[in-house]
Amino acid sequence: MSRTIYDLIGLFAGVCFILALKGLSHPKTARRGNKIGALGATIATLVVFFYANEGSSLPLNNLGWILGAIAVGALVGVPAARKVQMTQMPQLVALFNGVGGGAAALVAIVEYLHLGDTATTAEVVFTVFTVIVGCVSFSGSIITFMKLQELMTTRPVVFPGGRFVIAGTLVAVLGVAVWVVTALGTTPLLVLAGLSLLFGVLFVLPVGGADVPIVISLLNAFTGLTVAASGYVLDSVLLIIAGTLVGASGTILTRLMAEAMGRSLFGTLFGAFTAKPQDTSGVAEDRPVRSGSPDDVAILLNYARRVVIVPGFGLAVAQAQHTVRELADLMISKGIDVAYGIHPVAGRMPGHMNVLLAEANVPYDQLLEMDEVNPTFGQTDVAIVIGANDVVNPAAQNTPGCPIYGMPILEVSNAANVIFLKRSMRPGFAGIENELLYDPKTMLLFGDAKASLTKVVGALKAL
Amino acid sequence: MSAVAIISIFTLAVFVGFEVVSKVSSTLHTPLMSGANAIHGVILVGAIIVADHSTTNLELGLAVGAIVLATINMVGGFVVTDRMLEMFKGKK
Repeated sequence: MSRTIYDLIGLFAGVCFILALKGLSHPKTARRGNKIGALGATIATLVVFFYANEGSSLPLNNLGWILGAIAVGALVGVPAARKVQMTQMPQLVALFNGVGGGAAALVAIVEYLHLGDTATTAEVVFTVFTVIVGCVSFSGSIITFMKLQELMTTRPVVFPGGRFVIAGTLVAVLGVAVWVVTALGTTPLLVLAGLSLLFGVLFVLPVGGADVPIVISLLNAFTGLTVAASGYVLDSVLLIIAGTLVGASGTILTRLMAEAMGRSLFGTLFGAFTAKPQDTSGVAEDRPVRSGSPDDVAILLNYARRVVIVPGFGLAVAQAQHTVRELADLMISKGIDVAYGIHPVAGRMPGHMNVLLAEANVPYDQLLEMDEVNPTFGQTDVAIVIGANDVVNPAAQNTPGCPIYGMPILEVSNAANVIFLKRSMRPGFAGIENELLYDPKTMLLFGDAKASLTKVVGALKAL
Repeated sequence: MSAVAIISIFTLAVFVGFEVVSKVSSTLHTPLMSGANAIHGVILVGAIIVADHSTTNLELGLAVGAIVLATINMVGGFVVTDRMLEMFKGKK
């Protein structure tokens, strides 16, 4: 195959990726967009087997190893993607992103070893960039995975002097990077990889649970840029196009997400340098709350004209999506006006709750976005908050300095009655006390969301 | 390839990347992130190229590792994005 044809096919794959991203931006075309992207990636991969790079010949050297490695990767990746629970989606995306970053770093290291003294300065600079960013993306993604999987605390991890350690590590990374470019050698490069991995860990540790999605999105954009840099070193137009696309769109997506969450991107990212250990004691855990029975809830609902359901991650954890739909259908059959108020970051990631409710066949038109539902809480008789906490926490509006301050919330406190279905008084993912729980118009129904909802449905049917 | 050609491709791709996702509903943020994530799995192409010209066992070992990771990223990413989007269909 000639170089021209090879490059033109690469261009075709690049166009597929543009169409994929474009398609993914609209609900109607999203699935087709993803398929176009998969087609582009498949073509790009196949064509490599039919083009001999300079100084190489067909069939490719180490062909058995290459095909075997692809088979192993597919055998790991496909079942993981098929079997994952929808609730665990953010972790999986973080993990997939991490391995992509790791792959880019490894490719750069191999190319560096291969080129040896023949590498040009530009090639070395791009290699160094890929190793640093790929390693940061890899280790950072692993930490976000552990946070989301709750293998470690979801609170910001901050230790005294932490910011100096982080800044020191960054300086060391940059110093070693200069060393690699000037000295050229395997040892400096491996030291650089090690330090970059460490920096990735330190960079993500101080990020609070609620901000983790933004970090995943940012690391995703980072990985894209490493792929573009690899494209330069490996002389592949396709990698440059694909990597740059992901880097640019990922950056915009990160900003959009941060906006939806009311977070400053800067504050999230450099929280590491400014965060102070938080005083987590002194919360008034023993204040009285009003707890009710499923019957109390059913009566309240029976006489309501308008009910807004606010689902949170707890709903998904309890697998109660189907039960909540049953409750909604029952209320609708009683002539009650029912809507779901969806916070942009309900669940663990922007848009996550929409996916979870779509899985339970909740009609799309009952899902109201935050801006649509907020003005209606004044006319709402009952707001049922199921397994959500941070997204309705008024502290975001009235407690400057708290970790979620400034995040837009669903203003359920404007409704005449608020019902919280909770497992316990444990605070939400961001680890902040919710004053609304102690409000006189709030009723709490403790227990597993699915069990509680089933009882409420039963009680409501009996009325 | 000349440096200017590469810079041109890079710059244009940046603008295209910005434009295509500038107006996306928050409903689709998760699948979009996941889909973009799958796209950078094409580093698989790079991993295959370096595996082809690996001459030492160390190079080949690292390259094979890169191929495994890149395949997980690419194949897993597209499959999981499709699973998410499947749930959106017919809910208009």
